[in-house]
Amino acid sequence: MGTIAIPEPNMDILARRQEIVQDLQKLVSGEGVISDPTELVPYETDAFTAYRRVPLAVVLPQTTEQVAAVLKYCNKAGVPVIPRGAGTSLSGGAIPQEDAIVIGVAKMSRVLDVNYSNRTATVQAGITNLNVSDHVGPDGFFYAPDPSSQLACTIAGNIGMNSGGAHCLKYGVTTNNLLGVKMVMLDGTVLDIGGEHLDAPGYDLLGLVCGSEGQIGIITEAVVRILPKPEGARPVLFGFETAESAGECVASIIAAGLVPVAMEFMDKLAIEICEAFAKAGYPMDVAALLIIEVEGSEAEMREQLGKIIEIARRHGVKTIKESQSAMEAAAIWKGRKSAFGATGRVADYICMDGTIPTGQLPYVLARMAQITDHYGLRVANVFHAGDGNLHPLILYDVNDPAERQKAEDAGNDILTLCVEVGGCLTGEHGVGIEKRDLMRVQFTEEDLRQQMLVRAVFDPAWQLNPAKVFPLDGRVSGQAA
Amino acid sequence: MSDLTPASEAELVSMVQQAMSDATPLFVRGNGTRSGLGRTVQSATTLSTSNLSGITLLEPAEMVFSAKAGTPVSVVEAALAEHGQALTFEPMDHRRLYGTDKEPTIGAVAAGNISGPRRIISGAARDSLIGVRFVNGKGELIKNGGRVMKNVTGLDLVKLLSGSWGTLGILSEVTFKVLPKPIHSATLQFSNLADDKAIAALCEAMKSQFEASGAAHLPAGLDGDQAKTLIRLEGFETQLRYRLDQMAKYLSEFGKAEEIAEAESAVLWQGIRDCGPLAEPTDHAVWKISVAPTKGADFMARFASTHDTRYFFDWSGGLIWVAIDPQTHADAGASALRKLLAETGGHATLMRGPADLRSRIEVFHPQPAAVMRITSQIKNTFDPQNIFNPGFMYSGV
Ligand SMILES: Cc1cc2nc3c(=O)[nH]c(=O)nc-3n(C[C@H](O)[C@H](O)[C@H](O)COP(=O)(O)OP(=O)(O)OC[C@H]3O[C@@H](n4cnc5c(N)ncnc54)[C@H](O)[C@@H]3O)c2cc1C
Repeated sequence: MGTIAIPEPNMDILARRQEIVQDLQKLVSGEGVISDPTELVPYETDAFTAYRRVPLAVVLPQTTEQVAAVLKYCNKAGVPVIPRGAGTSLSGGAIPQEDAIVIGVAKMSRVLDVNYSNRTATVQAGITNLNVSDHVGPDGFFYAPDPSSQLACTIAGNIGMNSGGAHCLKYGVTTNNLLGVKMVMLDGTVLDIGGEHLDAPGYDLLGLVCGSEGQIGIITEAVVRILPKPEGARPVLFGFETAESAGECVASIIAAGLVPVAMEFMDKLAIEICEAFAKAGYPMDVAALLIIEVEGSEAEMREQLGKIIEIARRHGVKTIKESQSAMEAAAIWKGRKSAFGATGRVADYICMDGTIPTGQLPYVLARMAQITDHYGLRVANVFHAGDGNLHPLILYDVNDPAERQKAEDAGNDILTLCVEVGGCLTGEHGVGIEKRDLMRVQFTEEDLRQQMLVRAVFDPAWQLNPAKVFPLDGRVSGQAA
Repeated sequence: MSDLTPASEAELVSMVQQAMSDATPLFVRGNGTRSGLGRTVQSATTLSTSNLSGITLLEPAEMVFSAKAGTPVSVVEAALAEHGQALTFEPMDHRRLYGTDKEPTIGAVAAGNISGPRRIISGAARDSLIGVRFVNGKGELIKNGGRVMKNVTGLDLVKLLSGSWGTLGILSEVTFKVLPKPIHSATLQFSNLADDKAIAALCEAMKSQFEASGAAHLPAGLDGDQAKTLIRLEGFETQLRYRLDQMAKYLSEFGKAEEIAEAESAVLWQGIRDCGPLAEPTDHAVWKISVAPTKGADFMARFASTHDTRYFFDWSGGLIWVAIDPQTHADAGASALRKLLAETGGHATLMRGPADLRSRIEVFHPQPAAVMRITSQIKNTFDPQNIFNPGFMYSGV
């Protein structure tokens, strides 16, 4: 077993299981309440699969009113609530506990309105990320944040985690592309925050909600920014003989005033794993690979690429390969975006998500190698190089408890290193349970207390996704509203 | 009126602790270029961040800088310009509106979430603000966010602080991400379009792939006799040329576009950024209104049918600046604006107005009861004794 504590269930609540399920069935009829033990199993974890807890019940409402009714009930009954989208969290953000109700928004997945003139789409929060882009795609628009999990993950989960993607160097992360939400508070109050207009009249509650990991309320609808697709986009592969020269190349590109839409890094092991899976045509004889994407008109792309190639040459680039067709471009991205899935076919892994100042890249790469060597583990590195968001995938065997412990320890060492060099524990995957006990590495008690006090305004008794984000000891409760 | 001007974070902390134990409310400001905004605050002591000045981190290759809160925006901009970079959100300079002097500070840009015309393409100040250090009303030094541009560790208090106008904490240091400064820019001008037509043109421009970085409409009489519909484009030389040509063609149904070259274009957008067209007469009240772009023209037509106003649109029609004479309209149109906004969606802030007006009407847009309750409770967690700008935004907040 791993070492991350999940609180013991409240026996009192467990004893009321049947009564609670019956009450929920009155609020959400038909198949909206899942209580059969085998049907509950798919909800026992998310993509942080090393930890599992079967919840008391799962509720899949279809309307905001149902979400409000269920929350109000849980609030009164003192039952913890775990908000859930698609359950692809890599940090255990959506992992339940035995005495909790999971409220999943996956059945609320419709597009409610699209307004191209305002460049906005209003959607139910359970829609998948890719479906938003697919919906507006035929009209030449897209939704910019593109987590690799976009086929499965929901806008609700994206908001919960403030998710990013490969293209956020230019377009920003979820919080920069979100204009409004409908959110239900624990007491059943429905708030409309923001809308198709810009900026907040008072405090920026939208900014607070985004990335709050299901601890503030349940989001049922969202207004997101949609953007016109660029005229063209072209990913180019740059292979380097050392990871350091690839890292330095990235810094030089930015220093030269060029901001490509994406700059993704893969090391040798990651290249091998992804190439075997996606047959993307990645060069196999290099130590590090950069996927750099430029966009715009043909002439714009040429000009940008020309400058980037010149810089890459100065850093001793070994191979340069431009995608020659839409199919090749798609294959290049398929390889990168399936990096986690492809790795999962080779071994169990935990995926780190620290961010570092990009200037520290060479040092951090070297130190990370030392750390994983020390534990005798293998690591595959893929990351968003332009913004310093690292994703070392630490490979291990989940059935070997000693190795699992080592993997967790190595992960903690790497994240501590990220903070030490001026970065942070998580760039886009969230704290969840995974990084919860490391929060004191990054924050002081005062920092954490201020965050917890704000959290307590929305959930004074810690009922919403309670085991997450903040260390279990030293928690601050609020006064009941 | 006594002034506190801490020169270090430690001094700031001890001054706040002192104010807390004396229960002395503090009027928090940078260099005061925006005095004239907000509800009227009763407090004898002003705390200015003017002595907390200097850039503390400048990493062009990481597109990031940190500066102490009182650092003049001009100092920041000059330092960034040396590396060909800029604040992407083009912060408004309020001195023309308020007739103030001195230098606007970077901390106030963060605290007020102050953006300009580029907000429609690059996001607001809060979107570029990635880290803060501040002292809360208990005299605790708190940090949130950091210096890396992707960071989701814990609750995002950076966003809460941005736009809280000093009511939650006194910022001591702020960190922004930046972008390369556009190499060239120019403007396309369409003339004589009615508001609804003009905003349709702006929205059409924003739907295109040519990345308009400004989309404004000045009705006739504001800046010359002709209505001007303005679309700013940017890029390196050939890219800009291409974009100007393509955009003019793409919008040809709105008439023939005139090109305004770089230098003149820059002056024009600075005026729009700073609400120049409505700065005079200085005794007129000025509103900043945010609506969905497609609602802008109709909203203004309805308001103007009952009120004598001058106005212009930015942000593709979604930002409306409105000037109104409080002598003619005693509440400066507040109740009518807000009634209309209840239908349209959006909000209105009174950016300028005589003190007596600001004590009679809500300066910041009134919020629903549930949101107001949350607002007060959040304020209470940062500043339980209500010593920072008490009542600046809302009663008790
Ligand atoms: C293969 C793979 C690749 C990935 N790639 C990326 C990537 O490139 N970038 C990235 O950022 N992430 C990535 N992720 C992580 C994950 O996909 C994101 O965190 C995603 O946003 C989670 O969405 P979800 O719908 O699965 O949410 P869940 O996992 O179900 O929930 C995520 C969090 O949001 C909360 N939540 C869910 N629904 C609501 C709601 N309605 N209201 C309030 N809170 C709610 C949950 O409680 C939880 O804390 C990847 C994951 C996998 C498995």
